[in-house]
Amino acid sequence: MANPVLDVRNLTTHYFTRKGEVQALDDASFGLDKGESLGVAGESGCGKSTMAFSLINQVQPPGRVVEGEVNIDGINSVQLSETETRKKVRWKRISMVFQGAMDILTPVYTVGHQMKEPLHYHQGITGDEAREKCEKYLGEVGLDREIFTRYPHELSGGQKQRVIIATSLLLEPAVLIADEPTTSLDVVVEAQIMNLLKRLKKELGISMIFITHDLSILSEVSNKLSIMYAGKFAELGDAERIYNNPKHPYTEKLLASIPRLHKDVKRLERIPGAPPNLVDPPSGCRFHPRCPYAEKVCQEEEPEPRGVEGRKVACHFAGEVT
Amino acid sequence: MNAVLEAENLKKYYTMSQSFFGRLLGSQKKYVKAVDEVDFQIPRKNAMAVVGESGCGKTTLGKVVMRLLDATGGKLIMEGKDVTEISGSGELKAYRRTTQMIFQDPFSSMDPRFTAFNTLEEPMDIHDIGGSYEERKKTIMDALEEVQLTPAEEFIDRYPHMLSGGQKQRVAIARALILNPDFIVADEPTSMLDVSVRAELLNLMKDLMNEEDLTYLYITHDISTSRFFSDSISVMYLGKFVEKGEVATVLDNPLHPYSQALLKAVPEPKPEMIEVIKELPIKGEVPDATNVPPGCRFHPRCPYSQDICEKEEPELREVEGREVACHFAGEVP
Repeated sequence: MANPVLDVRNLTTHYFTRKGEVQALDDASFGLDKGESLGVAGESGCGKSTMAFSLINQVQPPGRVVEGEVNIDGINSVQLSETETRKKVRWKRISMVFQGAMDILTPVYTVGHQMKEPLHYHQGITGDEAREKCEKYLGEVGLDREIFTRYPHELSGGQKQRVIIATSLLLEPAVLIADEPTTSLDVVVEAQIMNLLKRLKKELGISMIFITHDLSILSEVSNKLSIMYAGKFAELGDAERIYNNPKHPYTEKLLASIPRLHKDVKRLERIPGAPPNLVDPPSGCRFHPRCPYAEKVCQEEEPEPRGVEGRKVACHFAGEVT
Repeated sequence: MNAVLEAENLKKYYTMSQSFFGRLLGSQKKYVKAVDEVDFQIPRKNAMAVVGESGCGKTTLGKVVMRLLDATGGKLIMEGKDVTEISGSGELKAYRRTTQMIFQDPFSSMDPRFTAFNTLEEPMDIHDIGGSYEERKKTIMDALEEVQLTPAEEFIDRYPHMLSGGQKQRVAIARALILNPDFIVADEPTSMLDVSVRAELLNLMKDLMNEEDLTYLYITHDISTSRFFSDSISVMYLGKFVEKGEVATVLDNPLHPYSQALLKAVPEPKPEMIEVIKELPIKGEVPDATNVPPGCRFHPRCPYSQDICEKEEPELREVEGREVACHFAGEVP
C-alpha cells in the first residue's frame, strides 16, 4: 500500500477491571486506502466496538490502549492527549456514527443547533455561514433543507440517522466509522441508509469502517473484510474472496449461520458454545474450544496470522480444512 | 381445513383521544386501524410468519391473539372456540394455558429478581398445577433440558444477569412451554440476538414444533428467517394483509409491489453488490396510521399506481397460487 489514509499497527486495548485484565482487543493491524472500506464482523463482545473507540482515542476507563499506533495523516492519535485529540483528530480526520445514533440528538435543541456545534468549535464558523454548510450536507444525505429548523421528535428514525451522518461529515473527515449504523431500522430504511453510505463513499472518496454483526449488510459495502473473534482478527482480507471462499473455520461457520432468502434449508448451521471470557481467554488458538477441526496444536500454540490466498488467516490449518 | 387458529375479519382499532372542544362540537371520532379486517388460518404444527415494517400492526395482531388486547370486531377461532367471546377470568386463564407468548426482548421480559426456577415456577403457581415442590422442580429441570440449557442444575438458580442473551431467551421459551401450550405467539424472538445464536434458537423452536405439536404465529421483520422457520407468510401493510401464501411461493416470486420492495431491501451476503446502489422502488416511510390513504393504502408509495388505485380498495384475490391485494397483481413486472 503506497500511502494509506489510516494505518493501524498492533493496536491493543485492555480493560483493567477488578476481575482481571479483559483483553478486548489484541494486536490489530490493518491499513485503509482512500475511498476504501473495511467491514468488521463478529459476535457481541468480540471487541468490535472497542476497536472503534480505540481508533478515535476514546476508550473509557477502566479501558486503556496498551500498545500500538493509529496513524492518520501522519499523526499517531493514540499518543495524543484528550484535548489534542479533540482538536486534531476527532471529527476532523476521523469521525464516528455510533450505535443507536438516533438517541444521541438532544430533544430540547433543534437539529440545526446541534449540527452547528462542531463547526463552531473546530472552525469558528457561526451564523449564516454555518447554516449554509449544514444545509449543504443535509442535502447531501438526501434530506430536506428545512430539517435544519426542526426538533428531533419531528423526525423519523431514518431521518435522524441521516442527520447524524450529515453531522459526522461536516468537517470533511478522511475516515468515517459506522458502528452498527442500521440496527433498529426497518429493512427499507436500512437499505436507503446503506445506499447513502455507498454513494458518499464513491462521491466524496471517504474511507469507511463498518462495524456490525450482520454479515449480509456488510457484504454490500466492504472492499475489505475482517472477522473478529475474542479480540483478535481471525481472517482479514479482500471481502469478495472471504465471502466466496472462507478459510478460517469461524468465518465458515458464521457465514453458514445466516438464513437465506431464496434457499430452503433443513437446519441452520450453528456454532456450539459461547464466546470465551476475555479475562482468561483459552490457551493456544482462542477459537479451539468451539472449533470442529481443533487438534492438539490448537490448544497449545497460538496461530500467527499468515497469508493464504490473498488474505491473512490466523489458523494452524488455514487452507487445509475449509 | 384442520386449522388450529382461524381469524375472520379480525379488527383492532385504537380510538384517538379527542380535544374537549372536539367532543363538544361532536366531531367525528378518529381511529388508528392497527389491524383491519384480517383473515387467516394456521393449520396444526405449522408456523405462519407475519412480516412488515414497524407500525404495520404485526405486534398488535399478536397481542389480540393472546387476548392481551380485545379485538374491536371479527372472529378469532382457536380449536373451534371463539377467543373474542371469552369472558371472565376463569375462562381467560384456561385459554392462556393453551396459548403462550415469547417476547422480543429477553433483557426486559424477565424479572431481574427471579431465578430461572422462580420464572418457570410462576406459571404453575398461577394455574395451581405441578403438584409438590419436588414435582415442580422436576418439571422445571425437564423444561430447561428441553431448551438445551444443560446441565439444568447449573442454570436453575441463575438470575437473568447471570445469563447471556441467548440463554435468557431460552428461559423465556421454557417459560412459554412449561404449561404445555398448543399455540405460541413469537414476537420477534431473535431480533436482539447475534447471528449464530439466532440460528441456534430458530433450530430449537423448529424442533419443538415437531416434538411438542406446537403451532406458531411468528412475527418478525427479519424476512430471511421466515424462509427457514415458517410454512406460510403474510405480508402486512398498515393493518392489512397485502399478500399471503406459501413461504417459498411468496418469497421467490412476490406479486404485490410492497412485498417486492420489501424483499429487494433485504440484505444478502453478495459481495458482488458492493459498488451497486440498490434500486428501491418505494420511497419514504410508512405513512401515519391515523390517516390511511383512500383506495389502496399503498398507492402513495407504489411505483405502478394508477387512477383506480386511488379510488378503489383492492380485495385479496387468488393469483398464481397465493392471495394478493393489488389491482394489477400478476400484471406489474
